[in-house]
Amino acid sequence: MRHTLTRAARIAGVVAAAALLAAACSSDKKSSGDSGGGNSADKVTLRVGLFGTFGLKEAGLYNQYMKAHPNIKIVEDDVEKSQDYYKALQTHLAANSGLDDVQGIEIGFVADIVAHHANQFVDFNTVPNAAQIKPTFYDWKWAMATTQDGKTVGLGTDAGPEAMCYRPSLLKKAGLPSDRATLAAQWKTWSDYLAFGKRYEAAAGKPVGSHFIDGAGSLFAAAVYQGTTAYDDTSGKPIPQTSDGVKSAWQYASQAATDKLTAGLEPFTTPWNQAFANGAFATLPCPAWMLGYITSEAGQAVSGDWDVAPLPGGAANWGGSWLGVPKASKHQKEAEDLVTWLTAPAQQVTMWTSQQHFPSSSTAAADPKVANAKSEYFNNAPIGQIFGDSAKNLKQTPIGPYDTQLEQAFRSALLTVESQGKSPESAFNDALKNAKEIVGD
Amino acid sequence: MTITTTPATAPSSAPPAISPPRRRRRTALGSRAAYAYIAPFFVLFAAFSLYPFIYTAWVSMHEVDLSTPNKMTWVGWSNYTKLLHNEFFWNALKNTFTIGIISTVPQLCLALGLAHLLNYKLRGKTFYRVAMLMPYATSIAASTLIFAQLFGRDYGLINWVLSELGFHRVDWVNGHWPSQIAISLIVTWRWTGYNALIYLAGMQAISTDLYEAAVIDGASRWQQFRYVTIPGLRPTILFTIVVSTIGATQLFGEPLLFAGDGTTSGGASHQFQTLGLLMYQQGWTNFHLGQAAATAWTMFLIIVVLVLINTALARGRRSS
Repeated sequence: MRHTLTRAARIAGVVAAAALLAAACSSDKKSSGDSGGGNSADKVTLRVGLFGTFGLKEAGLYNQYMKAHPNIKIVEDDVEKSQDYYKALQTHLAANSGLDDVQGIEIGFVADIVAHHANQFVDFNTVPNAAQIKPTFYDWKWAMATTQDGKTVGLGTDAGPEAMCYRPSLLKKAGLPSDRATLAAQWKTWSDYLAFGKRYEAAAGKPVGSHFIDGAGSLFAAAVYQGTTAYDDTSGKPIPQTSDGVKSAWQYASQAATDKLTAGLEPFTTPWNQAFANGAFATLPCPAWMLGYITSEAGQAVSGDWDVAPLPGGAANWGGSWLGVPKASKHQKEAEDLVTWLTAPAQQVTMWTSQQHFPSSSTAAADPKVANAKSEYFNNAPIGQIFGDSAKNLKQTPIGPYDTQLEQAFRSALLTVESQGKSPESAFNDALKNAKEIVGD
Repeated sequence: MTITTTPATAPSSAPPAISPPRRRRRTALGSRAAYAYIAPFFVLFAAFSLYPFIYTAWVSMHEVDLSTPNKMTWVGWSNYTKLLHNEFFWNALKNTFTIGIISTVPQLCLALGLAHLLNYKLRGKTFYRVAMLMPYATSIAASTLIFAQLFGRDYGLINWVLSELGFHRVDWVNGHWPSQIAISLIVTWRWTGYNALIYLAGMQAISTDLYEAAVIDGASRWQQFRYVTIPGLRPTILFTIVVSTIGATQLFGEPLLFAGDGTTSGGASHQFQTLGLLMYQQGWTNFHLGQAAATAWTMFLIIVVLVLINTALARGRRSS
């Protein structure tokens, strides 16, 4: 009895070990098999890899497309955080496997894709109708996703033209003008804006604990793209130490910090979110997509007590995405058609009316549904026109693969001025040291 | 493959003369079976520990970009020399060390005291023991997020209490020492109960005869603790020190989440960036995989040195 038991156990052990090895070795076979899709008469399943809330599904665009194309089935793979999504995408691109038929590309890593992986994506200059598609987009949007030798890795979805959001009631309490026409005239430049902020901070009626702007980093991040260069030269090489955009943005932002116009908050942190409800800042540079965020964080209680004015210092852009088609896709043609449709002007108008994502298509932005849009929450501000003007006036500032990290380095340095009392000079040196570490040498 | 040899055991009426070789074969088979049993562990160990470990060393000799991991350029020791000349490395090493000290020392002392108390006959013993293990069972992410809220500058509970008591509000994230103390507190909260239970197990293995003898000799409770409990616990204490040292050197989740904004720099002026966080920043934020691999190996060597020092100190004290 004992003998048979040990023998059985022995065999079981061997089988278990073999099964383990087999499982380890066969896993890749399995994953490559199930995306094959069978023969062409069957339904074609298109996988769309996205991050965060792209809103395509929520706007009903997939259903609309599938209704018009009964042979297509769209499945969305969504990753909550764009950072996590990007890491997975990098791994998939390196292995050239595991890629979806359509991949979302964010402004934070479009430069990396353009620089390193352009050959792995369908060039949208070579698709049918390319000549008709291209002019519907803002030229700067098209250029951001285009390599130096003219390959375009994706078509734009939304864009992030910026304006200045503010709380009229806080400005009123401080005895300052609060209508957007007056403000547009009074803070045309950042210097004007800072002078206005000083009046706010000095006002006796200003609510205790409130500041003029949420953080010096917000000002910096917006102003840096108003220079001829931001973080990079035209080839995408980081040049933070010599860029005029960095220099002037730093000057204004560090001034705001030393003049104590800021609440010293970093965007998207818990304290920043809490500050919305507490009215801890009067102004906030805001891209179009942030309106929805403000509405949800500040709540309906302050509906109508937010407003939008043009951004000081000219137009700037924060955020925006593209949809690309990896050449590894087994349904390249179908995926190209889907992307072309999803990013076409009519669908971008839908994305604005249903999700408040501002179009990256100039044709869509000119549509009355966008251009004449007003927001009740934002005191009936003509948001379509304000953001449209910002998008129209945007310059083609070069971008690079390290923009997100470099922006963070400058934001952190400004935070040390705000919260640790560092001098702007030594904080700037810290930022440059960090920049060197980020880029590597 | 072993199945083919099994029929050899079939004849049951074999003469006793051949039993020794048969037995030998059976033990050989038995040991083969033993290998099969332990194989899963070693297969997994080789695939998920040994191979990455060696490959990391290989990567650390190259310049590799996360975006193009297939393009590796041989650079020899340059990642290591760069690291030794990198001020952020020395800053992270210093932070790891200071956070390690202010979290490990109070943690182990507290654990020892708690274990001593729990070793008395108490009502609801199991309840206390389970309660002490609760922090350990809580996820790092959940507990750190709660602590980050408590330590909030403007709306945090701790600052509210401080200001009610007439003290200044403390900027727990942006201050150098405040941030390190806050992180140490999270670590201490999490690990004290775990260590206390390990000490408790060690204490219960100490023979009661020793305590009785001490009582007969007129030893007070403190003297019992000092001269019976502590010497009896020495191997356990060494174990907890080694484990805590390794844990402190690899500290990563708490400082990452404590920053609250997902950045990997460990605060605006790197005031709480640990070695683990620096490695993560190099590899995953800044895409320099080779540099990150070199940092990983350096961390490993630091841990080995620290453990050797711990063991040597313990051995030296025992022999003296």
